[in-house]
Amino acid sequence: MNAPADKTNPYGRLALDGEGPVDAQRQREVVARLRTLLPEHGVLFRDEDTRPYECDGLTLYRQLPLAVALPESEAQVIAVVKACRELNVPIVPRGAGTGLSGGALPHAGGVLLSTAKLNRIVRLDAFARTAVVEPGVRNLAITEAAANHGLYYAPDPSSQIACTIAGNVAENSGGVHCLKYGLTFHNVLAVRGVSGDGDVVEFGSAAPDVPGLDLLALVIGSEGMLVVVTEVTVKLVPKPALARCVMASFDDVGIAGEAVAAIIAAGIIPAGLEMMDQPATRMVEPFVKAGYDLDAAAILLVESDGTPAEVEEEIARLTEVLNRAGAKRIAVSNSEAERLKFWKGRKNAFPAAGRVSPAYYCMDGTIPRKRLGEMLRAIQQMEGKYGLRCPNVFHAGDGNLHPLILFNDNDVEEVKRAEDFGVEILELSVALGGTITGEHGVGVEKISQMCSQFTDAERAMFHAVKRAFDPAGILNPAKAIPTLHRCAEYGRMKVSGGRLPFSELERF
Amino acid sequence: MSSALDALVDTVRAASAARAPLVIRAGGTKDFHGNETGGDRIDPRGWAGVVAHEPTELVITARCGTPLAEIESVLDAAGQMLPFEPPHFGTGATVGGCVAAGLAGPRRASAGGVRDFVLGVKLLTGRGEVLAFGGTVMKNVAGYDVARLAAGSLGILGVITEVSLKVLPKPVAEATLRLELPEAAALKKMNEWAGQPLPISATAWHDGLLHVRISGARAAVAEARQKIGGASVDGAAFWNGLREHQAAFFAGPGPLWRLALPSTAPALGLSGTQLIEWSGGQRWLRGDAPADRIRERAKACGGHATLFRGGARRDVFAPLAAPVAAIHRRLKAEFDPEGIFNRGRLYADL
Repeated sequence: MNAPADKTNPYGRLALDGEGPVDAQRQREVVARLRTLLPEHGVLFRDEDTRPYECDGLTLYRQLPLAVALPESEAQVIAVVKACRELNVPIVPRGAGTGLSGGALPHAGGVLLSTAKLNRIVRLDAFARTAVVEPGVRNLAITEAAANHGLYYAPDPSSQIACTIAGNVAENSGGVHCLKYGLTFHNVLAVRGVSGDGDVVEFGSAAPDVPGLDLLALVIGSEGMLVVVTEVTVKLVPKPALARCVMASFDDVGIAGEAVAAIIAAGIIPAGLEMMDQPATRMVEPFVKAGYDLDAAAILLVESDGTPAEVEEEIARLTEVLNRAGAKRIAVSNSEAERLKFWKGRKNAFPAAGRVSPAYYCMDGTIPRKRLGEMLRAIQQMEGKYGLRCPNVFHAGDGNLHPLILFNDNDVEEVKRAEDFGVEILELSVALGGTITGEHGVGVEKISQMCSQFTDAERAMFHAVKRAFDPAGILNPAKAIPTLHRCAEYGRMKVSGGRLPFSELERF
Repeated sequence: MSSALDALVDTVRAASAARAPLVIRAGGTKDFHGNETGGDRIDPRGWAGVVAHEPTELVITARCGTPLAEIESVLDAAGQMLPFEPPHFGTGATVGGCVAAGLAGPRRASAGGVRDFVLGVKLLTGRGEVLAFGGTVMKNVAGYDVARLAAGSLGILGVITEVSLKVLPKPVAEATLRLELPEAAALKKMNEWAGQPLPISATAWHDGLLHVRISGARAAVAEARQKIGGASVDGAAFWNGLREHQAAFFAGPGPLWRLALPSTAPALGLSGTQLIEWSGGQRWLRGDAPADRIRERAKACGGHATLFRGGARRDVFAPLAAPVAAIHRRLKAEFDPEGIFNRGRLYADL
């Protein structure tokens, strides 16, 4: 597609396909075509109009698209896809732009397809516990619409006020309750979308299964590379009668990690099981006043939900387990307001990081829970090595870590250090038997580390899956799955930098 | 031990080179499932054993030939279970076959199916390569979720050589209740309950009797028992009879159809006898209603029908929409370029 961009970008990154200036003549051609398909306000192309779309939640990468298309119906999505297919123009789908891995980063030669105007709840059936929604409906809007019926949509990523359901589908988003209630994958019953060929395709069903292969499994988490989503059927679940949150303090992060294992070993699957280290609690407390124990090396937030009697029984067991595991202080929320206050700090960790630092870089590795202590000690060492602070918040129950690397984005050298710090965490996640991304997706951010996590043959099979859905390769090309060439280049870079990390560790 | 895996790889490579079809078959407990297929048998049972089970990680990893019974006994010793209650359908069932068949038992509606608990698989493709997808951690969005695609793929993409499954603790308390209700009323009840915070882990209706299993904390089970009502009965044998198709219903004459429907689909009114599970989401139909009529009815309700047992083993699954069928063909061609695995078992052209 586009010529490879300048490889000497100030951060020393490997070039991305689709980086670079917009070709004015190509733009005129594509815009003229789009204007025959969409109302005038549905096609943006002037720099000042496309600028707001230059990045998603990962602001380290920015790129202007050729044009932005804002279709208002599935028929318009089909028309745009068919036109792009004909003109061989890549399409980058975008929801609310809250993604943290650059999955919605525009392509210089491509159309950014925003689902913002497709935002109606088509149907909510309380008896069937399902909602059919357009792709641009916000995650929280589904829960709000279902609230009257005592139902809600379970996955609750911290961006749930803003993020859209199709974005959740693209990333297989989680949240703080997914240990018990599952990920987007477990809560989406069906996806309807437009293939790269412009065909309407349905995956999954409101029935428990569909005949044939489970293609929905591939579509969820596919980062906009297999289909443009036009409708999503979600499962709604009954809202528990009561939820209470236990906050436990520990004077050692490793002991807190063992307490997490002890809870699971006791046969308890809490509704939420989160950890914050001391730098994280100290970062958020002035901001949210959640009442966190700032002397503790780490705190655990453990939620129990169910009927009042059930919650009482579980809290008693949790308290016993936490005490035995070495908790220094335990507080249990006594009201819904207090429960929300406990969670407020955790849910606001990212904005709090933005408050104490000009910029932050959120990582997303997942590791086996038992390696938590090892990972934290390594991150502490890296803080010294890179000269940057890194508070940690985790979905402890899932082993999903969100180290927040704090840095100054106006300092090119510091940006580079932050990125190198991130890369080292990602590489260590793989080395510890985990994955580079638990819920934020690969996007452009972690594309090079896909080379470490998968073999050439495995990545070739991912490209094969992409071909099976999108033979022309126009849907969000060059994201998530690196080419063989890129991996070869990344391999050379790692070795020449003399920084192939953790060569002593067994590879998984 | 790795020689057993090498042997599987060698067999696949030789078959691919010769374009000779293979039938993947371990204990053969699910031979009846799917369309008739043919070819030389490849037996994965030599590649067996639990690779890792750490109860606090909620994951078990095992090689494909590991007996399902062994997995369950390892989990049982740690107070854990496979939440989807897979049917064995015989003593020879293996974990690889369990994932490939993708069948779930009574707990499906509340806990999820096989797909929902697959964390990772290793797949021996038609190219003779063993590829790892997913992993052993709870959350993993690196790359397309090929591991979950393998669940229910009936072996058409390759030999599943290893699987990692999420497991859960067994519930502390459990009870089974029996209520007398006609079909329509039972369907209404099951769906109403599913919309309330009740710890229902299984439901089954047949011949005017609705059985409800509740599982969870002691307090929750006690409360739900009050709320649901009915008579308390001994449930273990009952639910196992359903899971393993040993209940009298399944021994009756005529082909057995499985209809997967939105749980709120109304009473079907098809001739024959019926057993309803999963709050209305799975309906077994035994009788001689014409196939076209059954398929039509299932489709009209938003679901699909499978000829599960009996009858001719051709076109047992509902046909696919054209764009979906095209994706199937292209995936098959990528994973199994020579078309050697379980030819025709899922669809004639795969």
